[in-house]
Amino acid sequence: MTAIPSIPGFLKEPNGPIGKPVSRVDGRKKVTGDAHYAAEFTLPDLAHGYIVSSAIARGRITRIDASAALALPGVIHVFTHENRPSLAWFDRKWKDDDAPKGSPFRPLYDAEIHHALQPVALVIAESFELARYAARLVHIEYEAAPHQTDLRANRANTFTPGKDKGGFEPPPKPRGNPEQAFLDSPVQVDAEFTQAAEYHNPMEMHATTVLHHDDGTLTVHDKTQGAQNCHTYICNVFGLSKSAVRVMSPFVGGAFGSGLRPQHQLFMAMLAATQLKRSIRVELSRPQMFSFGHRPETIQRVALGAERDGTLRALIHEAVQESSQNENYVEIVVNWSGQQYACDNVRLDYKLTRLDVHTPLDQRAPGAATGVPALEIAMDELAFKLGMDPLELRLKNYAETDPNTGTPFSSKELRACFRQGAERFGWAKRSPAPRSMREGRELIGWGMAAGVWDAMQGQAAAKAVLGVDGKLVVSSATADIGTGTYTVMTQIAADVLGLPIEEVTFCLGDSSLPTAPIEGGSWTVSTVGSAVKAVCDRVRSQLFTLAGKLEDNPLKGVAEADVLFADGHLIVRDDRSRRLSITDVMRGSGTLSIEEEARALPYLLARARHTFATHSAVFVEVRVDEDLGTIRVARVVSAIAAGRIINPKTARSQIQGAVVWGIGMGLEEEAFTDHRLGRVMNHDYAEYHVPVNADVPDIDVLFVEEHDDMVNALGAKGVGEIGIVGVPAAIANAIHHATGVRVRDFPITLDKVLAGLR
Amino acid sequence: MRSFTYARADSAADAVGRAGASGTAFVAGGTNLLDLMKADVARPGGLIDISRLPLDRIEETAGGGLRLGALARNADTAYDERVQTRYPMLSKAILAGASAQLRNMATNGGNLLQRTRCYYFYDTATPCNKREPGSGCGAIGGVNRIHAILGASDQCIAVHPSDLCVALAALDAVVQVRGPDGERSIPFAEFHRLPGDRPEIDTTLRPGDLVTSIDLPAKGFAEHSTYLKIRDRASYAFALVSVAAGLELDGGTVRDARLALGGVAHKPWRDPEAEAALIGKPAAPDSFRAAARVLLRDAKGHEHNSFKIELAERAIVRALSEAADRKGASHP
Ligand SMILES: Cc1cc2nc3c(=O)[nH]c(=O)nc-3n(C[C@H](O)[C@H](O)[C@H](O)COP(=O)(O)OP(=O)(O)OC[C@H]3O[C@@H](n4cnc5c(N)ncnc54)[C@H](O)[C@@H]3O)c2cc1C
Ligand code: SF4
Repeated sequence: MTAIPSIPGFLKEPNGPIGKPVSRVDGRKKVTGDAHYAAEFTLPDLAHGYIVSSAIARGRITRIDASAALALPGVIHVFTHENRPSLAWFDRKWKDDDAPKGSPFRPLYDAEIHHALQPVALVIAESFELARYAARLVHIEYEAAPHQTDLRANRANTFTPGKDKGGFEPPPKPRGNPEQAFLDSPVQVDAEFTQAAEYHNPMEMHATTVLHHDDGTLTVHDKTQGAQNCHTYICNVFGLSKSAVRVMSPFVGGAFGSGLRPQHQLFMAMLAATQLKRSIRVELSRPQMFSFGHRPETIQRVALGAERDGTLRALIHEAVQESSQNENYVEIVVNWSGQQYACDNVRLDYKLTRLDVHTPLDQRAPGAATGVPALEIAMDELAFKLGMDPLELRLKNYAETDPNTGTPFSSKELRACFRQGAERFGWAKRSPAPRSMREGRELIGWGMAAGVWDAMQGQAAAKAVLGVDGKLVVSSATADIGTGTYTVMTQIAADVLGLPIEEVTFCLGDSSLPTAPIEGGSWTVSTVGSAVKAVCDRVRSQLFTLAGKLEDNPLKGVAEADVLFADGHLIVRDDRSRRLSITDVMRGSGTLSIEEEARALPYLLARARHTFATHSAVFVEVRVDEDLGTIRVARVVSAIAAGRIINPKTARSQIQGAVVWGIGMGLEEEAFTDHRLGRVMNHDYAEYHVPVNADVPDIDVLFVEEHDDMVNALGAKGVGEIGIVGVPAAIANAIHHATGVRVRDFPITLDKVLAGLR
Repeated sequence: MRSFTYARADSAADAVGRAGASGTAFVAGGTNLLDLMKADVARPGGLIDISRLPLDRIEETAGGGLRLGALARNADTAYDERVQTRYPMLSKAILAGASAQLRNMATNGGNLLQRTRCYYFYDTATPCNKREPGSGCGAIGGVNRIHAILGASDQCIAVHPSDLCVALAALDAVVQVRGPDGERSIPFAEFHRLPGDRPEIDTTLRPGDLVTSIDLPAKGFAEHSTYLKIRDRASYAFALVSVAAGLELDGGTVRDARLALGGVAHKPWRDPEAEAALIGKPAAPDSFRAAARVLLRDAKGHEHNSFKIELAERAIVRALSEAADRKGASHP
């Protein structure tokens, strides 16, 4: 065991808000329209920008004629690569905290076209409608060059990336002799899986409003998952001093990873605001939401070899993914396969192919959401060949320690997920043979899968100010993309200081606040929550010290560790009649406010010696029409092990939302690219299908008890992504159980099932 | 969106009179036209707002049928008690389309004249003969999951996206039109056209024609009918294949039959030979399959939509079986 700093009294107060289903503290603002999003800010001199998107996928611009657009009264300017000001030269100035290895895309930099829908001009006009109209009149001529957008056609043309992106380690070296072990295995599965490209498509389209103040400073309202990431980016690119710009994103209408990197609307709005010296808004259209990062298309092979009793002998997982010509986007895909099951002979392999596309971008559980389903379908196929219950097979090969590294898990209650999830679902009543359950013309299928995601932690700082009135304001430059950050941070602060929730305000989404990293990877509770706890611990010690200076201090002679903070009071643990209110401490000691700032780091020693992960078991019932192949998910049980759940209400929302997306990944979402044009064709909500209410059944979420002293001072892991990971596989496995048809290509549209029903 | 003029018509005659100027378009609910204008696909120089004309009623006709006003909303039509009881397949078809919000705005006339959802038609950076005659057809050899398997041409393989129209085709509705030269009636089968070498023209309407109503004949197949829609998600998606089916049975034998398909062609697809193949046959899956094969005999698939041929056959068998089994049955 690694030494963990002791946690005086923390989380032991009986009635603290941690672990309670507290409603969103920002909920009222959101439903009353009081929460303002990036495109909703304004100043009297606001002008509007509309982006012109490239008509070709690769080549160069040979001529731009904006005269017709400029001739319209009210059109202010048309920016292109020909008239842009001089911008940063070195790649490093264009990098951001989520940039992979390579040379970041630079909007309006030169005449080159690198991908379809690339922004090629920005029209600024007095109204949005006028800007949009004028954008149609900008005449652009191109010289097209041959492009490649087809992963299948280019799958042989690969290279092996290195550690090219933060958070993603290259696959470990092979262990044992996987090829021979596979050949020697009496039972084998060897299959190819594909995953279609998906676009993030949050409800709120990307937008930036730059407010140009009279003193020349700028306030930038941006849709982002990292206000400071964008702040650094624009200061670097435009050569601005840090104090001249402030980036704000207090509310974000969904992002799912699309706001991890500064997107080009930010650049465009900044370009216009700095050049024209006025306030500017640029908002993308829905089709333009298909002009940047996406979950990359993937081709995978999984080969499993097993003994007749189900013991895994060999595991081979290979993946080929697309990246752009300019950057090495990696999400590794295969590593979780080496971690999930005990197996001595393992080979994991990950390759990239360069295509003429915009660089892909992290999307909810990047890598795992693609790779784990392939493994989990292969496990289902193996169970079927073995005549074994799929859940039994997973228990048989349960990894007690991380097979990739040999290190123990800081905690892993996957077994409890299996047991409790199965019980809730009624798994024991499953009849094993495919096509053995039906109701009328509907074939019923029950499928399950396991999921895994990393429990990461970064570094963050937080500031706390406690006023003499007992009100506390805590702040950190993190984001709330609908995940519940405001609420959860408020709970943590209120818990540490024993304050009512209403007395605590948490501020985020502002580049001027204490440093926090981009909000992604399910690490915000861990990272920022730890900083919030650390800073509130300091305020708490301050209060205790100040109390000691009071004349008749009822806590006299009691150690800090023996004092509870609850109901706005400092209370002696063993004699609750001895108490002192926080406001009395403040007033009595003549303190107007207590201000503290603190930084929290991961427990590096513990991190080096353990594997940190969240786990899930997903159980799904599907109904498939035996004649028509139409598929309906009838119910889902998702059992999650993610350490301490700070707020079961917001956590449940995260898992439910992720399950909904898992249904979309499993059955619906797919960007159709016309490879002759190199262009996604179904670039709107009518034809790019995400689940609608009628597709979403009852989703039963349960959190299993999981104690973890090593993950961080909160014992909490984070639940933003784990919920999606197993879902597509559980659906595919349920479809096989219903119909006997095995589909390995996501999304599983009805035609793929129909082909097997013939 | 380009600039346009806007005028509100105060009578049908006024609307038709104003439509004389070229480049004008009627706007009713606006749920299709305004989207197309924003996408720069439709570029009318002037809009004539007809939404307040008194053509929004649903009335009895002398022949025992119903007259559906061109400006009656899709939702009001679907929930009209007479429509529900006498033409249940029509009610179901409407409710299978779009969303509640859209159906509240959309009018019956606008539904007839909605344009294809072909991806290329909507994207002005790509070729499309329907949007820009002579530019080529992007969908042929491109992305064509949602495209036609019947009646297409080498110029265009788009489908008409309506659900309502499929039921109207099956019911032998008649479209009443008022044009610059007066009033006329267009049998539903002749209202939409096949693409041929003029895919830019969807219907047989002439410039300035205003649809005033859609007349339903008395016979509504209320006893044995259904509308079956198959799509990529449970709601809010256009049909991959849809079937409007109506049967008149004499014991177990088919006395009269109607069969129309949506999602497969440039117009709701009806085939007299397929219907004839059902008459006098037992109302059983084998006869339904045989009729389906007649209907699909010339079906031709493309890269991504060949599955529709088999799907259509199965859907026809299912829809006719449901119609035969239950009164006004619908797919869950
Ligand atoms: C997201 C989405 C999903 C949809 N899903 C479906 C679906 O599943 N099934 C389905 O059937 N439909 C669907 N629709 C289409 C919808 O039904 C049509 O948009 C609607 O019926 C059009 O009616 P409107 O009154 O709004 O027409 P408008 O948009 O006002 O007009 C459409 C066209 O009709 C012309 N027009 C209108 N009225 C007349 C008239 N009286 N005489 C002559 N010309 C006229 C207009 O000039 C215009 O060209 C969907 C639409 C959307 C946006
Ligand atoms: S199918 Fe018709 S609408 Fe679609 S691209 Fe071809 S011509 Fe245009």
